[in-house]
Amino acid sequence: MKIVVCIKQVPDTKGGVKFNPDGTLDRAAMLAIMNPDDKAGLEAALRIKEQTGAEVTVVTMGLPKAEEALREALAMGADKAVLVTDRVLGGADTWATSITVAGAIRNMEYDLIISGRQAIDGDTAQVGPQIAEHLGIPVISYAEEIKVEGDSVIVKRQYEDRYHEVKAKMPCLITALSELNVPRYMTPGGIFDAYDEKEVIVWGRNDLKDVDDSDIGLAGSPTKIAKASDKVRKGAGEKVTLDASESVTYIMDKLKEKHVI
Amino acid sequence: MDFALSKKHEMARTLFKEFAETEVKPLAQEVDETEVFPAGTVEKMAKAGFMGIPVPKEYGGQGCDPLTYTMCVEELSKVCGTTGVIVSAHTSLCIDPIMTYGTEEQKQKYVVPLAKGEKLGAFALTEPGAGTDAQGAQTKAVLDGEEWVLNGSKCFITNGKVGDIYIVIAITDVTVDKRGRKKKSFSAFIVEKGTPGFSFGTKEKKMGIRGSATYELIFEDCRIPKENLLGPQGKGFPIAMHTLDGGRIGIAAQALGIAEGALDRAIEYTKERKQFGRTIAQQQNTQFKLADMAAKIEAAQLLVYKAAMAKATQKVYSVEAAKAKLFAAETAMAVTTEVVQLFGGYGYIREYDVERMMRDAKITEIYEGTSEVQRMVISGALLK
Repeated sequence: MKIVVCIKQVPDTKGGVKFNPDGTLDRAAMLAIMNPDDKAGLEAALRIKEQTGAEVTVVTMGLPKAEEALREALAMGADKAVLVTDRVLGGADTWATSITVAGAIRNMEYDLIISGRQAIDGDTAQVGPQIAEHLGIPVISYAEEIKVEGDSVIVKRQYEDRYHEVKAKMPCLITALSELNVPRYMTPGGIFDAYDEKEVIVWGRNDLKDVDDSDIGLAGSPTKIAKASDKVRKGAGEKVTLDASESVTYIMDKLKEKHVI
Repeated sequence: MDFALSKKHEMARTLFKEFAETEVKPLAQEVDETEVFPAGTVEKMAKAGFMGIPVPKEYGGQGCDPLTYTMCVEELSKVCGTTGVIVSAHTSLCIDPIMTYGTEEQKQKYVVPLAKGEKLGAFALTEPGAGTDAQGAQTKAVLDGEEWVLNGSKCFITNGKVGDIYIVIAITDVTVDKRGRKKKSFSAFIVEKGTPGFSFGTKEKKMGIRGSATYELIFEDCRIPKENLLGPQGKGFPIAMHTLDGGRIGIAAQALGIAEGALDRAIEYTKERKQFGRTIAQQQNTQFKLADMAAKIEAAQLLVYKAAMAKATQKVYSVEAAKAKLFAAETAMAVTTEVVQLFGGYGYIREYDVERMMRDAKITEIYEGTSEVQRMVISGALLK
């Protein structure tokens, strides 16, 4: 069995979000991490590997710096890593990104593709399903549990108040939620192997299969960003200490005062 | 000369830091307060591969180098000195001598489960009447047929009782020289917990590193197989001294981590604490103190990393280890004391970490060779 895991290196929002003067993210000023949903997807793949002996390949599109996220995946136990990087691929929206990643995956053998539900920087949740669409395979999104049974996968698909159990024949694509599991730590030996024994394969534009120039990079992206800005910060809340019945009266008065009710 | 860490060492540090912040830091105050050995943390560290970092993969370890191991002890100690010394004693004092002096059978039998973290290791040299002067030791081992019979006791043993495998130094011969002076000759042994005749005495109540289990070991006609002799008979003293050279790098890393942890707290606190209308970080007294501490800490780090690199590349690294431990331990004590002062009254309150750090720092000037012993080692090399 062969599993491909799609990951993305994203800015770590824990350290605070920083912007360039033009409103775009100042990625250089922020720490970079593996996107949490993707990390859960990788962990799910590694657990399947432990049960079935599957081979796990991680793939990402990004700047050369994204190699770090791939090395981390290798240090956690992934077998192979592919970095798709090329100047002409820069500025891609979800359409161009999914076409690019699908173009890379066409060069690989796979039974199962796992991607994170969404990245914490863009929050679109589009790239995973779009990759499946480009490759012509089924997609099960929002997985909170994944089981492999013969040539099929059984996935618990999360809803607000319930879940669906969906069975699909492989090959297919699953998008993973960070609630799926607690990803393992890298091991010190895994880190040494990631740098000394394993390699990150680097592909450029010309390594992509069945991809048109008109569908990649900024030029191939239908999404145009007019303006990006930081959220307006709310002022500090008001703190009062009252007993239960006084609290109800107080809150009701406030809501009336603000014409909420 | 390149002072930059390689990418793999940087990534290893990221791992140790993340683990320490997530798994160790939230428990540090409780471990100190309750004096309970953090067995759950040790289990997690075993799973993460922290219990055999410098051990080759064929012996169940991670196949990394002494520098990586040193950084692990450093990062753990930044948030919890207890957790740092558990890894240090296990790796440097128990696994390392078996890896260095053990037979292939001993390595397979003991190092493999130790490096995987399935078993915990300890080292027993000190006795009630013998600290720095090891000649005062009394514990004896006598060969009786196919077994060594151990009698005596050891004290202040880190990872005592919780440990499964113990390196025990005991007298195997006493010779009398021409002037009639007795000279004891020692040998090293591997002793397993559960061996009849091997028991534990009282648990020590300590000033710092209070979650670390410190016990007395008692041997009463304790019979161990002949093949559990570690290294050549009569070479126990040089084996113990060489083992302590490695151990000192671990303790130096622990001291370094405690100092760094204290400085981190001081930077946070002095930027928040206001007196006379501005933060104390805006006062020059604080700024100068922070600067002095940062400079000392970096000097300690360079000495510690240099000693770790020496262990990787040199056969003998006693002086490097002694300098690293001496300087890092004294830095830890000076920095934590100064940080408590910067915290003022709050620094003296148990709720704040720095009080614990100051108590934890003191032991680094004492165990695995006091600062005075490190000075003897360093000056001995200068004057020989």
